[in-house]
Amino acid sequence: MESKPGNPLWLLAELTYRCPLHCVFCSNPIDYVRHHSELSTDAWIKVLREARELGAVQLGFSGGEPLVRDDLEILVREAHQLGYYINLITSGVGLNEDRIAALRAAGLDHIQLSFQDSTRELNDFLSHTRTFELKQRIASLIKRQGYPIVLNVVLHRYNLDHIEEILEMALRLEVDYLELANTQYYGWAYLNRDQLLPAPEQLVRAEKATNRFRERVAGKIKVYFVVSDYHEKRPKPCMNGWGSVFLTITADGRALPCHQAGMLPGLSFPNVEQSSLRTIWYESEAFNAFRGLDWMKEPCRSCPERFNDFGGCRCQAYLLTGDASNTDPVCEFSPHRNSVQTAIDGIGQNAKSGSQLYFRDDRNSRRLSSR
Amino acid sequence: MSAAASATIGFDDVPVLASRFRLQWEPAQQAHVLLYPEGMVKLSNSAAEIVKRIDGAAPIGAIVADLESAFPGADLRSDVMEFLEIARERGWIGIETR
Repeated sequence: MESKPGNPLWLLAELTYRCPLHCVFCSNPIDYVRHHSELSTDAWIKVLREARELGAVQLGFSGGEPLVRDDLEILVREAHQLGYYINLITSGVGLNEDRIAALRAAGLDHIQLSFQDSTRELNDFLSHTRTFELKQRIASLIKRQGYPIVLNVVLHRYNLDHIEEILEMALRLEVDYLELANTQYYGWAYLNRDQLLPAPEQLVRAEKATNRFRERVAGKIKVYFVVSDYHEKRPKPCMNGWGSVFLTITADGRALPCHQAGMLPGLSFPNVEQSSLRTIWYESEAFNAFRGLDWMKEPCRSCPERFNDFGGCRCQAYLLTGDASNTDPVCEFSPHRNSVQTAIDGIGQNAKSGSQLYFRDDRNSRRLSSR
Repeated sequence: MSAAASATIGFDDVPVLASRFRLQWEPAQQAHVLLYPEGMVKLSNSAAEIVKRIDGAAPIGAIVADLESAFPGADLRSDVMEFLEIARERGWIGIETR
């Protein structure tokens, strides 16, 4: 390491892997049933205190569905007293007027609500639940409690062509922020990749429609469009670099540099029940594995872009090339770019050939993780 | 936000911190930061001095006067105006026309 690493700024607390939804693009690990044990309230409070001491200030409570933890209000209160800015990342299932009021009183700063689509059919199909109307009701409850509505819609082959309707839905729900996030292919989304990967034309059309909408609602709704990195030429600066600002704690207490990293082989991720976060962040082998630039191979090693994209995503490099220390194969300079290109070239055929769509549920998780 | 985004800002106008934005001193960063849904900006000392004075009631003229009395000898008008323009453009503040 050339210099002492900076301090974590973002803490993502994946409170639980229990979830009433079964989304096909879920970013949770496929073997989440193996990590079903959950940290106690006291253990989470210790995590919150230690991370705050290190400098973390943005906090995400996510999961699974964080609302299934009945100590969420206690954790929010503690986090608020510690000075965190607290984001709740939720499907909305489990929210009602009383609970929103309680969370608000505890000091919750912001709620991000996910929708799967503008139509009941697809929303309910993709999440394998009947939650479409419920989500609409929840959105208005959130607004009534004085929160801005931050709507998150994950985009893919099945709903990209509904972009106009999705945008109109956002307008109708009077949302304040709209995050249109193209699927990132990890976890369940990677498993279902050949079904979910959109045709390039779909993306171009959706982005154009989004830009028109952006102009129309300027000053009213802030719209973010997260591109599909498979269709780009340069990788994303994933997590702003490994062990740089992000810290994820999983439901069972493992500390990860990002919420996907648990799948990387050969790294042992420390558990907050065994070590302090300070030791984990600064000294653990796992958090130092890809820190800085020294770990890089060519073409990253001599590339001027390495200061901007940090070589892209380690998990994507592992998933597509079998080696986490390779250049993210999304990059046009990667010798493995063909692994991405093959997936894109196969779009349509793969989806048509009727390959199976796996819903994220305990049965599938058990079956797939015993392979 | 009552003023159109393109309108020029005047000394009688009142800047208001956007809803759910919070200014906070962060010891670990030795800086003030502006926190908002899923995001954060680290402020320079001078930017922080301006944002500290945005209370939703004080007009810009009063903010400038207060800054000039806190930091005597400096003509801060244009700096403040420039910062407020950027802050409005980025959605950190709204400007209420008076």
